[in-house]
Amino acid sequence: MSKFQKKGKAEMPELNTSSLPDLIFSILFFFMIVTSMREMELKVEFKVPKGTELEKLERKSLASYINIGRPTKDLRARLGSASRIQLNDKLIAGTEVGYIREFVQAERESLAERDKPFMKMCLKVDKDTQMGIVTDVKMELRKAMALSIMYSAEQR
Amino acid sequence: MGKRKVPGLNASSTADISFILLIFFLVTTSMDTNRGLAVRLPNPPEENQQDPPKIRERNSMVVNVNMNNQIMVTVAKDSRTIEVSELRELAKQFIANPENDPDLPELVPVELPAPFGVQNITKNHVISLQTDRATNYDTYFQVENELYGAYNDLRDELAKKTFGRSYNECNEDEQLACRQYYKCVISEAEPRKYNQ
Repeated sequence: MSKFQKKGKAEMPELNTSSLPDLIFSILFFFMIVTSMREMELKVEFKVPKGTELEKLERKSLASYINIGRPTKDLRARLGSASRIQLNDKLIAGTEVGYIREFVQAERESLAERDKPFMKMCLKVDKDTQMGIVTDVKMELRKAMALSIMYSAEQR
Repeated sequence: MGKRKVPGLNASSTADISFILLIFFLVTTSMDTNRGLAVRLPNPPEENQQDPPKIRERNSMVVNVNMNNQIMVTVAKDSRTIEVSELRELAKQFIANPENDPDLPELVPVELPAPFGVQNITKNHVISLQTDRATNYDTYFQVENELYGAYNDLRDELAKKTFGRSYNECNEDEQLACRQYYKCVISEAEPRKYNQ
């Protein structure tokens, strides 16, 4: 008759998981708020430069994206590794910058009338691109009267 | 009738459901913060363009970036090769010309909005940026960043001096006044090809 005798098998107390859904939901809401929907499939790789004088893109709905960089790994076998231009979703043939004017026109049409003057072109250009292609793109943008642009960058 | 006991709802699968939602959001969204250097391009060149207006030598600062990513700055015929880090100070000196140096832009009296009145500012200054087709984009971006940084610094200093707070804390009118005081004029020439 000992005081410390075990009373049969000790039962593992059941873990109360009723707050688990709440926990997961809060993580979910966190992610919903801090991230944004991916609007396009990237067909070129780029690493944007770092800068200090950056501004935030105010209204994302007014922005169109022009990506310049090397094609992604699986496309590189077919397209080579020279810098290419991607307009929103489409990779354009070679470095034919002439498409840009049509692209700007189409993007402008898709905006509401009062928003048209505020259209913004967001240039996401890889650090190691040569300026030639960037200047050609800029020249086309000027001709298409898309004058408000933004060089995408990271805060240093 | 007595109170009927409500059977407890089995909520053990809610966790699974929310997990699936969470994973869906993790996959389809990206955390890209859309920040960047906002630039306004000039109007397109006209077909039959006349010669550009002559700019006096003291009013122009030419920043050249060559194919080896070296930066050369020319102010009043004095050219020298510099590092990116030196560019901001040089540009600030050039834009503000605080000592009325005859080699830096002339100070012209200009009517400005409310708190400033008529001020002597370097109204006619132009910073022109020339790149080569083979220049690295990163270098170009750093140069642009420093040039815009020079303007932002000057505006910030001005705002602190006149309004007692930094440029970002000023209201819209005050910011506009500061912007007109130091008006940003960066022109980008067509890049030259090598051997041209």
